Amino acid sequence: MRTGKGVRGLAVALAGVLALTACGGGEEAGQDGPTSLRMTIWSANEAHLKLFNEIADEYKKANPGVTAITFDPLPFENYTTTLTTQIAGGNAPDLAWVFENSAPDFVASGALLPLDDRLKKVDGYGYDDLSPATLKLWQNDGKLFAYPFSTSPFGVFVNTDLLKKAGQKTPAELIAGGQWNWDNALAAAAAVQGATGRAGLVIRDFDYKGWDNLSTFWTGWGAQAWSADGRSCGFAAPEMVDAMTTLHRAIFTAKALPGPGTTADFFAGDAAMTVTQISRASLLKDGGFGWDLVPLPAGPKGNYSVVGQAGIGVMKKSPHADEAADFLAFLTNPTNSAKLAQFFPPPRQSLLTAETLAKTNPKLKPEQLQKVVIDGITNGVVKPNHAGQAELSQQVRAGLDPLWKADADVRAVLEGVCTKIQPLLAK
Amino acid sequence: MSQTDTRVDRVGARPTLGRARPYWTTRRRDQLTGYLFIAPQLLGSAVFVILPLILVVWYSLHEWNVLAGTFEFVGTENYSALAEDTNLGPVLRATGLFSVGLVVFNLALALLLAVLLNQKLRGTIVFRTLFFSPVVVSLVAWTIVWGFLLQDNGGINGLLDTIGVDGPNWLRGETTAMISVVVVQVFKNVGLNMVLFLAALQGVPAELYEAAEVDGAGRLRQFRRITVPMISPTILLTSIITVVGSLQVFAQIAVLTQGGPGTSTTVLVYYLYQQAFQFHHFGYGATLSIVLFGIVLALTVLQWQMRRRWVHHES
Repeated sequence: MRTGKGVRGLAVALAGVLALTACGGGEEAGQDGPTSLRMTIWSANEAHLKLFNEIADEYKKANPGVTAITFDPLPFENYTTTLTTQIAGGNAPDLAWVFENSAPDFVASGALLPLDDRLKKVDGYGYDDLSPATLKLWQNDGKLFAYPFSTSPFGVFVNTDLLKKAGQKTPAELIAGGQWNWDNALAAAAAVQGATGRAGLVIRDFDYKGWDNLSTFWTGWGAQAWSADGRSCGFAAPEMVDAMTTLHRAIFTAKALPGPGTTADFFAGDAAMTVTQISRASLLKDGGFGWDLVPLPAGPKGNYSVVGQAGIGVMKKSPHADEAADFLAFLTNPTNSAKLAQFFPPPRQSLLTAETLAKTNPKLKPEQLQKVVIDGITNGVVKPNHAGQAELSQQVRAGLDPLWKADADVRAVLEGVCTKIQPLLAK
Repeated sequence: MSQTDTRVDRVGARPTLGRARPYWTTRRRDQLTGYLFIAPQLLGSAVFVILPLILVVWYSLHEWNVLAGTFEFVGTENYSALAEDTNLGPVLRATGLFSVGLVVFNLALALLLAVLLNQKLRGTIVFRTLFFSPVVVSLVAWTIVWGFLLQDNGGINGLLDTIGVDGPNWLRGETTAMISVVVVQVFKNVGLNMVLFLAALQGVPAELYEAAEVDGAGRLRQFRRITVPMISPTILLTSIITVVGSLQVFAQIAVLTQGGPGTSTTVLVYYLYQQAFQFHHFGYGATLSIVLFGIVLALTVLQWQMRRRWVHHES
């Protein structure tokens, strides 16, 4: 008798589950009808979105079959996690922005559609114009799996007002005198902190967690997180120990950088200098403070530059993969690349001239463009990237945590990092 | 056919004029109404609790690469990986520390507040509201604000500075980071337990205290011998809720420390999230969630069993 009730209850529950499942099944319908595309991006910046939407509107006019193109901004901090969660949940976008630190995983996974043959076929696309150096990270077995949409060099944005207030030479003056190196940059930063109480120099997005941004610093010492083949750890190498010792002193002795747990936003006027990418120029407000953009200071190994890269890929499983690839070809054709160049330096050699970039970069002078952007893209070292980077990155972060104390033993901490990550690198 | 139906049949053995008994008897109609009332809840539980639980067990037997779209059966491989995972020890230690710290601090503070606010004094209602208000504040907003306060140059150290104390860098030291996440969580939810204790305290008959006073029992003795036994069912309830809640902590860790410094605040739920969503080891992540399920279940059963020893009455 009791069983009868139980069975009835179960039947009601099952019927409900079935009804819900049936409700969810209609999504694939109407594939031949109007197409809508969704692209995940990291930026919610109004200027960026406005330009994306203008290009998308133009595309929709020429392609009435595509009725909607939405740009879905995901928070920068959790971008890749959110994207992969969407993919796992069956809600993958049609096109996705991919950062350099997850490039090896995405490119090798087979999740992305090969693009080179398609792009080569598009009239007037000029595939050969793409700088081969910028394509490397996005290729696997000779095929291109994402378009290197933004190859953005790191430079130093400078608040000239704050430096002058502290009686310091501006980087432009130091460059003119051949003295723009890390020693002088850190000394000026410390002087600003001492004189004004504001932060001296901020390595943006580092915040004692995003350690890969420190490659903008240690590359000047010739250090690297791991070897070029990705198999051996570079944290315990003498160059890295030197670089990190300098950084540690700058933070805890000279107070040139804000210490752990302290935030300072350059673009809000809280710091004299910040190391970041050119795409952040859009955060500068007119009439805020006097500013300049200069290349990274020279390290003991001389001048160098570091680039952050981001690619756009088409998800292979998207029901509209063909349309998405077609839109990507339109978004990155020579005309649109020139428009997008103001925020996202393109991989097109023909556009990488100070003159062309100046047309769309009203905030930057031709000299800044040449020194920071063009020279940076040509000679830049890409930020650390490795297959399984998320796990590696977490281990490095945890391993570096003991370094961010005044009494840290730099060499011992860095050796500890290698002990943690070597097994992962050797995999 | 139920016993009642049979009884109805017997009662109905009087002449029925040859008509068949209608299917929709009052009893059946009541039953259907009852089922319809609980259907939304039942459906919700089936779809969002029971089904995912079954799926998690299924996922834990697989290696699921989200990017490549592969889903391979690996048997108990993920379970054997638990034994080889060198991070699991520190993670379980951090989870234990967090839970013990939270449960002890939360229950002690909630009971203390409840006892204090149970006095018939002016302004107690204002204080009750004040202590309860964090419960209704958005958890993430609450945590972000605390994140600012706990910065090296944040509000807490600013306050300490005014009395000449050089405060630590709360979220960057291993011990202080753990203390910080516990305190942030306690202040967020202590109001809920406080209200539950308050309700229980007000249910204790005043005659008991009067009698005890006549017998010469002091305040402390009254608390130990009358209050604690009388509110023991509430102590059991709040401790179960708090223990289970402490094992599910996630947002505070994600916002305040991201598991650091080192792995000092990487609790099991956060580690599970890292494995599944950041490192893309969904199969292993599912296995860790089963470990968590086992721990929660074991602790709840243990507390439930222990109630016979220390819960003095149950209504």
